[in-house]
Amino acid sequence: MPSYIRLKHLIILAIMTVLSACATQPQDSAARGDIFDPYEGTNRGIHKFNLGVDRFLFRPASKGYVKIVPDPMVTSFNHFAENLTMPGQALDYLLQGNLKQSGNALLRFLINSTVGGFGLSAPADELNLPPVDTDFGETLHVWGFGEGAYVELPLYGPSTARDAVGVVVNLFSNPINFSPVRPVDNIGVYAEVVRRMGDRGRFSDTVDSILYDSADSYAQARTIYLQNRRFELARDDEDAYLGLYDDPYATTGTDPVRDPYLDPYEDPYAE
Amino acid sequence: MQNNPLNRRRFVATALTGLTVAALPLPAFALTEASAKQLVDSVVADITRIIDSGKSENAMLRDFQKLFVRYGDVPIMARYALGADARTASSAQLRQFTKAFEGYIARKYGRRFREFIGGEVSVRNARKIKTGYEVRTSVKLRGSSPFEVTFLVSDKSGSGKFYNMFIEGVNLLLTERTEIGAMLDARKGNLNQLIKDLKNTG
Repeated sequence: MPSYIRLKHLIILAIMTVLSACATQPQDSAARGDIFDPYEGTNRGIHKFNLGVDRFLFRPASKGYVKIVPDPMVTSFNHFAENLTMPGQALDYLLQGNLKQSGNALLRFLINSTVGGFGLSAPADELNLPPVDTDFGETLHVWGFGEGAYVELPLYGPSTARDAVGVVVNLFSNPINFSPVRPVDNIGVYAEVVRRMGDRGRFSDTVDSILYDSADSYAQARTIYLQNRRFELARDDEDAYLGLYDDPYATTGTDPVRDPYLDPYEDPYAE
Repeated sequence: MQNNPLNRRRFVATALTGLTVAALPLPAFALTEASAKQLVDSVVADITRIIDSGKSENAMLRDFQKLFVRYGDVPIMARYALGADARTASSAQLRQFTKAFEGYIARKYGRRFREFIGGEVSVRNARKIKTGYEVRTSVKLRGSSPFEVTFLVSDKSGSGKFYNMFIEGVNLLLTERTEIGAMLDARKGNLNQLIKDLKNTG
């Protein structure tokens, strides 16, 4: 299939361009919890577009989906979608040099695809295996690429320059895509959309409160995404993990010399 | 889950629980790993009790606010959320802001209680960190894989209280500082207006 090869070359070229040309964040500022958002204007435009899509399409479809489809079936579809990502995740772990997790992902795929009935249930969850959760963005992180600029992707949502590359690569890197007995083109993508609808419908109150009740939903989505992503990637790195803890007692100042107005322990209810 | 409000025994138990929550001050104690863990255990138990009480949403939200004040170091949380503006605020403004923030947080997060019905929280471990103690819990909600909720506990207020919470790494205080900052910007930095509006937000 020559078209595949040409496409792959194009993608690799695009990735190298993005990774090398995109604005780079000053060293360590991500570790300090700073936000690097040089494309804020464009991002806010895309955010507005995404909000429109959510309000008129994704939100009503998701709420309808979880209302009509019984809860256990929504869970089954979630398992199915997740199972389809396992070979891709095994590949990512392999590229990260994590053989153990790579094997774990494959084992889960084998068990859930057979005993679990095409992945519609997840019997491998009962085996007390460590959770599997990676992507090509994490692979790039392991390879030493920095997070880069914050970007909001159309239809997809919050990401970073590095993770956006990961999202695109993962669209094509799953070995299932190259299987000769693939039942449907892009089944992984469809399954992922259904899974996202399940989550959007189930946690609609929480998502609504972020998207529609906050004073600046763009800033809320950005901080929540970046914090969560940095936490995921820091999980095995104790220093990075503890670096995410900010000390409010230090930053707001209990030091009366530096900050004469501050006495955080005055009793707010004292007469 | 059946919640019959006419069940007398349950009603009495609930009423007594309400009394205990409201009336007993936390004993002063030097914080240890065990007591930090104990604090989070109590928070979880009380949240479960409020959710299971079958009260009206507004009554529950009032209970959540009491719980927040009892177990949380609200003044330091409010001050952090206000950020740099806390430095220029008068002490009266800070007092009013703290009170408004207390209700705002209780309503905003209390309203999420439906998602927690039937959920399970297990307190996993506690350890000393620079500012106090970190207590990690694992939360399992219906139909989703378990996620990590971490409480940070300190006794710098004079008694052991939690001062921050992380849900899968998302820092409650930092997120609220962003939100409060955006609200202030929308009001051109007018703190008094923000305090007024915050009482009806969340």
